[in-house]
Amino acid sequence: MAVDATKSKLSRQRVRSAWLFLLPMLIVLAAVAAWPLARTIWFGFTDASLDRMGEAQWVGFRNYLDWFDYGNGKGEWEGLLVDPRWWGAVWNTIKFSIISVSVETIFGTVIALVLNQQFRGRSVVRAAVLIPWAIPTIVSAKMWAWMMHDQFGILNDMLMRLHLIADPIAWTASPDTAMIAVVIVDVWKTTPFMALLILAGLQMVPGDIYEAAKLDGIPPVRVFRKITLPLILPAILVAVVFRALDALRVFDIIYVLTPNTDATRTMSVFARENLFDYDKFAYGSAASTLLFLVIALITIFFIFATRMDLAGDRE
Amino acid sequence: MKQLKTFGFYALVAVIVLQAVFPFYYAILTSFETGQAIFDINYFPHSFDFSNYASMLEGGDFGRQILNSVFVATVVVILSLILAVTASYALSRVKFRGRGLLLLTILSVSMFPQIAVLAGLFEVIRAMGLFNSLWSLVFSYMIFTLPFTVWVLTTFMLKMPIEVEEAAIMDGARPITIIFRVFLPLMWPAMVTTGLLAFIHAWNEFLFALTFLSTDSQRTVPVAIALISGRSEFEIPWGNIMAASVVVTVPLIVLVLIFQRKIVSGLTAGAVKG
Repeated sequence: MAVDATKSKLSRQRVRSAWLFLLPMLIVLAAVAAWPLARTIWFGFTDASLDRMGEAQWVGFRNYLDWFDYGNGKGEWEGLLVDPRWWGAVWNTIKFSIISVSVETIFGTVIALVLNQQFRGRSVVRAAVLIPWAIPTIVSAKMWAWMMHDQFGILNDMLMRLHLIADPIAWTASPDTAMIAVVIVDVWKTTPFMALLILAGLQMVPGDIYEAAKLDGIPPVRVFRKITLPLILPAILVAVVFRALDALRVFDIIYVLTPNTDATRTMSVFARENLFDYDKFAYGSAASTLLFLVIALITIFFIFATRMDLAGDRE
Repeated sequence: MKQLKTFGFYALVAVIVLQAVFPFYYAILTSFETGQAIFDINYFPHSFDFSNYASMLEGGDFGRQILNSVFVATVVVILSLILAVTASYALSRVKFRGRGLLLLTILSVSMFPQIAVLAGLFEVIRAMGLFNSLWSLVFSYMIFTLPFTVWVLTTFMLKMPIEVEEAAIMDGARPITIIFRVFLPLMWPAMVTTGLLAFIHAWNEFLFALTFLSTDSQRTVPVAIALISGRSEFEIPWGNIMAASVVVTVPLIVLVLIFQRKIVSGLTAGAVKG
């Protein structure tokens, strides 16, 4: 009895100090995340502008959808939800995310499979693969912008020497290839991350499974499809979700590589343009809010779908 | 057949290495070329002219901007590690109601799109008088460094057996003593890894740095490089841009190569816990 009393007093003391330990972190997170997010959402429902944030007035859903009456019985819909530029940005974001994440997954799996083999120089190869990941996004965008230069770029030179193209391509300037250019740079930069996550999954597959398959004389492709792939699928899925969430908010690469073109304007770029360049602060806030909603829904879906064991209670 | 297979495998390895290394190799190549030589396409080095580096480091604010980046990233990492050590102890070693929900919240903050808080943060930073001050970045970068460090350190601490602190609890040591005497010595490797990853993230950040700083002497390196421009599209100083790129990238590559193993394990700890 006495022991129980001391024990519960001890655990109550532990819980109390736990909250004390959490407090500073919670305050900081509230100040940098929760409050600014709430303010962004609020600004989306006001007529705020960059210079007069304090005097913002509530305007309801006008930034999202509004019937503008001409006064003669006619009128038209206005707002984000009927703005073709916004939907263009949404479509660009989806296109970019799907294409780049799929290509990264395929390349990442190939690189992970290679790195999972025993061969001489493996550590050198792994180090080399990490280099694109270590290079700042802005720097890689600039490096590739130079390599993709329409007149003096080495990429056109290579492709022409290999007779893959007849004339130089204006990779970043032409609307037809701007999205391809952005995807190439993003794939180059983030495939290492994908490869590392998938490699971690691969290394958890016990080696004797392969031994058994080898003894039975099963061809490698079949081994991969029937044994390896199902086992590493969870790791691939986690990597895909992380990358997809990252791709949906892409900003840096596009801002640097292909500024001001309808062909690559994504949701983040659209929001920032309106917030700070076009003096449509409220409109930009509404766009930010929608982007947040999309990403929040995907995150929630992912957490429930994988039933993450967050507190480690199940172990 | 077997030889063909081996050949194919090493060809694949060669392609992987080449694509990973070539763009940076080419940036170094370009950074050593000046004048008309820049516009001749070379696959191999043929000139070693340091004048791009000299003009970047002497003229203008580039040296200052590197210091800005170092300052911001270092302070952010130190502050978030201090906050994260105690928080992750509470989250991993003490069972209390609402713990799972709290971890969920922290994880979702780390996935926040930065643009979603940009408008609100801009208001906060202006209200605090931090606009165009490096402290605006120290403050705002907490949104991604803090959840990340807390998350990784928590998963790290969860894996430690209860025996680690049992004796200390029996002796009636206070939690703060347990953290500093028992856990801190064990956590150094994890803290180095998370600190390093957070540092890289802060060093590379672009959107906040572009928005919250307005004068050249205050800017951090990524924004400075993004904004280098010539008088017209045909006068972009590619040599200078490449020299600046090499200068800010070499330290990162060296760090990554030294801490290779740790980084790989830190990245996977941050992501794979499903």
